[in-house]
Amino acid sequence: MEVTDVNIRLACDRICLPAVSENEVQKLFTPGEDIPTCAGFMRGHGTYTEGEDLKASVAGVKEQVNKLISIKPLKSRYNGEIGDVVVGRVVEVQQKRWKIDTNARLESVLLLSSVNLPGGELRRRSSEDEKMMRKYLQEGDLISAEVMNVYQDGALSLHTRSLKYGKLSQGVLVKVFPSLIMRRKNHFHSLPNGAAVILGNNGFVWICPASGLEHQEDSGSAGGFIQDLEKEVPKADREVIARLKNCILALANSKMMLYDTSIIYAFEESMKFTITELLLPDVMVDVANLTQHRLHLDIAD
Amino acid sequence: MADILLSEAEKTFILHGVRDNVRNDGRSCSEFRPIELELGLVENANGSARVRLANTDVLVAVKCEIDNPSSNFPDEGKLDFFVDCSANATPQFEGKGGEQLAVELAALMSRAYQTRESFNLSTLSIIKGMKCWKLCIDVLILECGGSLIDAISMGTKAALADTKIPKVSVIGSDEGSLELELADEADGREEPLDWHHAPCLVTLNKLEDSLLVDASAEEEACCAAALIVGVSPNKKITTTSIPGHGSFLADSKVFTRALNLAVDVGVKLNTALEAAIKKHQTLKPPPRGFLD
Repeated sequence: MEVTDVNIRLACDRICLPAVSENEVQKLFTPGEDIPTCAGFMRGHGTYTEGEDLKASVAGVKEQVNKLISIKPLKSRYNGEIGDVVVGRVVEVQQKRWKIDTNARLESVLLLSSVNLPGGELRRRSSEDEKMMRKYLQEGDLISAEVMNVYQDGALSLHTRSLKYGKLSQGVLVKVFPSLIMRRKNHFHSLPNGAAVILGNNGFVWICPASGLEHQEDSGSAGGFIQDLEKEVPKADREVIARLKNCILALANSKMMLYDTSIIYAFEESMKFTITELLLPDVMVDVANLTQHRLHLDIAD
Repeated sequence: MADILLSEAEKTFILHGVRDNVRNDGRSCSEFRPIELELGLVENANGSARVRLANTDVLVAVKCEIDNPSSNFPDEGKLDFFVDCSANATPQFEGKGGEQLAVELAALMSRAYQTRESFNLSTLSIIKGMKCWKLCIDVLILECGGSLIDAISMGTKAALADTKIPKVSVIGSDEGSLELELADEADGREEPLDWHHAPCLVTLNKLEDSLLVDASAEEEACCAAALIVGVSPNKKITTTSIPGHGSFLADSKVFTRALNLAVDVGVKLNTALEAAIKKHQTLKPPPRGFLD
């Protein structure tokens, strides 16, 4: 086996990643900092009062809607809303539901009544179904789902009642900050280079070969739970997936928003580097800058 | 180290990828992730180094003490390794959680440096049979992301390269007890150590029939067995260790192949590390530190 040379850099050559920002830099508030207020203000999330002053309790930017002042944090756990598409991992199998980890403050819940049973029948779930739960989804399985409901304590209730949701097959999971995923109409993208991407609102991005997503829709009768583990992903597809993963990490490192256009542009700009070069920090900044430039040209047109 | 949950499909994807020599991030099976090195971060210590390998972060510091040599080896100094798994690295290391791992790592490092060829302890002797230098090598694990022992061994070698021991002279002896005088730093008389033959440890993870160098946390979760080999720059093996519950003996060719691969990778790692250390020592850049 050929052994490649090892690359060791010095800390003095480290590049300080500047945030590739679109607008002018907004004022950032740090915890404990005073917020300039108007008379009769209302206190929103991320703030607290000390005496007569309004102070920030998290690090972030100020959002003001009429008299409601709140601070939106830069880095926080995922706060779910109804209708969001999420990618989650099963951590527990309980009596009539599964507990899913979605990078939120509490584990999300997937009720047995919210999934499509194999066979596709609509019927009342029996005790037999309860015992077979582990056959459908085990600990460690990845699923794509939609948020159906938000409980009082903030926990999310998910459902997979459409053909496009369900258990995810072969592919790679990438974790980024939830705030970097732009809210769009469609979160399932089939990219022109042969891979498919699911951008979960919770920051979990799933990359798989395009045939994987199609297969999911075809197996509608099976309720999206059958997986084909024998099928090997071809080498060309695998390289596309690896390159996509590195591009997404490069964009996330420079705190750029992730959506289908930015990912496609980043992929095209990265073609002049090899896949392993994309792991180097200076190359990551390069790719992010080139993508930002191209997006600006788009807006200018 | 940490337990990562993976679905069967993800494990199958990783396995097929390794067979095709294209890993999840595009690397081949024998490629390291980018490594960053900094020397001289800790001013109080005689020598220090920090190694960052993807998201593994390790800080190594070397401090010198004057000690009595052991009676078995009266003309040799001592090397003492101590590893501290801080709770910073993963929540599992909180309290006494990291103690077992720390003891294992320290023992492994001691074994790697035990031969005279990798580090000549007789250079640490001051007066035969009475006084010698004891190097206390302290390793602090700041973040744990796979390839921990590789980063620790690189950090140790770099810290030893950065170490300067003050010159010591004997002034008078008073009824059998000696008085030693340490040269002041202002006098500038400090000696560097001979670190060029120090070993680097390489971890090879075995996934079915393939061998992975520098496995990420997801890949480690798929592998049952690992082989850790200490390789010195002149292609000699100083120590081996087989953690994990899998077996290397199922196919005897795999073990020989693994040893040969480890030696090749180890030699390349040593060369790259020496080059980086030399570059740092010639450039003498200001410390970059932990922020930014």
